[in-house]
Amino acid sequence: MDGLTKKAYELRRDIIEEVYRSGAGHVGGDLSVIDILTVLYYEVMNVSPENWRDGNRDRFLLSKGHCVDALYMVLGDRGFFDKQEAIETFSAFGSRFIGHPNTAVPGIEMNSGSLGHGLALGVGMALAARMDQKSYRTYVVLGDGEMAEGSNYEAMMAAAHYRLDNLCAVVDLNRLQISGPTGQVMDSSDLGEKFKSFGWNVIPVADGNHCGQLTEAFREAAAFRGRPSVLLACTVKGKGVSFMEDQKGWHHGVMSREQYETAVRELEVALA
Amino acid sequence: MNTERITNRQVICDTLLKAAQKDRDIVVVCSDSRGSASLGPFAERYPEQFVEMGIAEQNLVTVSAGLASCGKKVFAASPASFLAARSYEQAKVDVAYSEVNVTLIGISGGVSYGALGMTHHSCQDIAAMAALPGMRVYFPSDRFQTAKLIDALLGDEKPAYVRVSRSATEDVYDEKTDFVLNRAGVLRKGRDAVIVACGEMVPYAAEAARLLEEQGIDAGVVDMYCLKPLDQETLLWHARNVRLLVTVEEHSVFGGLGSLVSQVICRENPMKVLQLALPDEHLVGGTNREIFHHYGLDGEGIARAVKAALI
Ligand SMILES: Cc1ncc(C[n+]2csc(CCOP(=O)(O)OP(=O)(O)O)c2C)c(N)n1
Ligand SMILES: [Mg+2]
Repeated sequence: MDGLTKKAYELRRDIIEEVYRSGAGHVGGDLSVIDILTVLYYEVMNVSPENWRDGNRDRFLLSKGHCVDALYMVLGDRGFFDKQEAIETFSAFGSRFIGHPNTAVPGIEMNSGSLGHGLALGVGMALAARMDQKSYRTYVVLGDGEMAEGSNYEAMMAAAHYRLDNLCAVVDLNRLQISGPTGQVMDSSDLGEKFKSFGWNVIPVADGNHCGQLTEAFREAAAFRGRPSVLLACTVKGKGVSFMEDQKGWHHGVMSREQYETAVRELEVALA
Repeated sequence: MNTERITNRQVICDTLLKAAQKDRDIVVVCSDSRGSASLGPFAERYPEQFVEMGIAEQNLVTVSAGLASCGKKVFAASPASFLAARSYEQAKVDVAYSEVNVTLIGISGGVSYGALGMTHHSCQDIAAMAALPGMRVYFPSDRFQTAKLIDALLGDEKPAYVRVSRSATEDVYDEKTDFVLNRAGVLRKGRDAVIVACGEMVPYAAEAARLLEEQGIDAGVVDMYCLKPLDQETLLWHARNVRLLVTVEEHSVFGGLGSLVSQVICRENPMKVLQLALPDEHLVGGTNREIFHHYGLDGEGIARAVKAALI
């Protein structure tokens, strides 16, 4: 196991702890997106607690905001705040660690949670970078169910129109949403064709839970000039915990004590 | 006592299931929301009368209007936060203005989603929907009233917005309680004050009235589930008999029950109105009950405020 992969598995363990304690959260989507977040925050993006107020920092938006549980663990681990506080107070009364990204938490750029806002926010941030001749890049992570929101297509069109090569979207293609398989709820299986026809540079990532493949894809996106890039990351919802993998019920399922113990054990084995 | 904790959304599903047995024109439309709307059983039993739009609330509302324009009786269910905010223009133009037979069901309204935070709260839906010409606005309290309301709405062809809460609401009526559409429910009459409430606040208002009674204060309780058209007659009858009128709502202080009631009271029977509602700020995170308690929107909080206002 390389360093990034190990980190992603450690963060999975933190997520399980956080979600189990609170009886809240969106564990399935957390586990599918955690590798993407790990690679972004530990390998790709220029953002840290030190440069967090600096206008040149890279920008990140979790458009699928319901998976903030995963983002909290990454930000806490990177030192934006005390990770343990997030684990212990996630979703509790009065806690700033509520169930969607909010700017009361250091490291969170914008409030989100209503799906279909992140990509357009990213277009604005990428346009501002150009206006101010800044070299920061903007990253937006979307869900595949979320891609049914029409606002995404307005943002896609604008990003291509303005040739925003400083904008990089990632779709967490786990093929599931609340009601079931995305292909049955609202089919977005040809997302690659859609992005391409809107003028985007499309980078498929065969295993979106593979840190090496993700790192490579982000490099390719950063080097691409003249058009925005999108990573279509084929992931597994619930990745890393066998009984959660590819099960729609774990979108926001709550673990029993036994399930929690099994999940922790499986992750420990993977880490050993 | 709602011991089985039956939610109003389940009751809506049951009512629609019953009605669909005899009526092929009833159509339910969802936006990846069938689970949270408790409409899964409808989707399973009547797949030809169920349309899934995916996570696309604007499309949900406009497609519903198109269906209704062709004679379908449409019930479109999605979280109130998205239905009444994101799809607002669709509700305004395609549903209310064109006056089609669409009932918008705003599920998990108010602060039902608790710690999911401000994106998921809908504390402006009543204000927004009430401002649309042609849109009726309802926020039923218990399961019996909810079933009767949906039955009544099945009987006409005009647009309506119905907000329901996520958790089960305590019973305040029973099967036999009379229901007349657009007529407020009266839980008790009072000589000192009257508490006008809607939705999940109605059982809390009743609890407040009990607490006040122990302290020698006689407070009436009116269930104004019909926010638009507001039942002015019942409101004024109660207002004229008391010193203090209190409104209680799971909604912003702006444009909800308190505002709608005050408008009538100012015009017809000027008197003091104490408005208990959610403040104009980013709300604290927690469960809906914790949030209610924090802002004084529970039996104890209401009783305390009423007593203080009467002194
Ligand atoms: C505008 C809006 N509509 C509905 C929801 C409720 N919701 C939260 S998560 C979700 C499903 C998301 O599925 P997907 O985008 O595939 O995310 P993932 O599988 O990664 O969890 C829905 C419908 C929402 N948050 N915002
Ligand atoms: Mg998905």
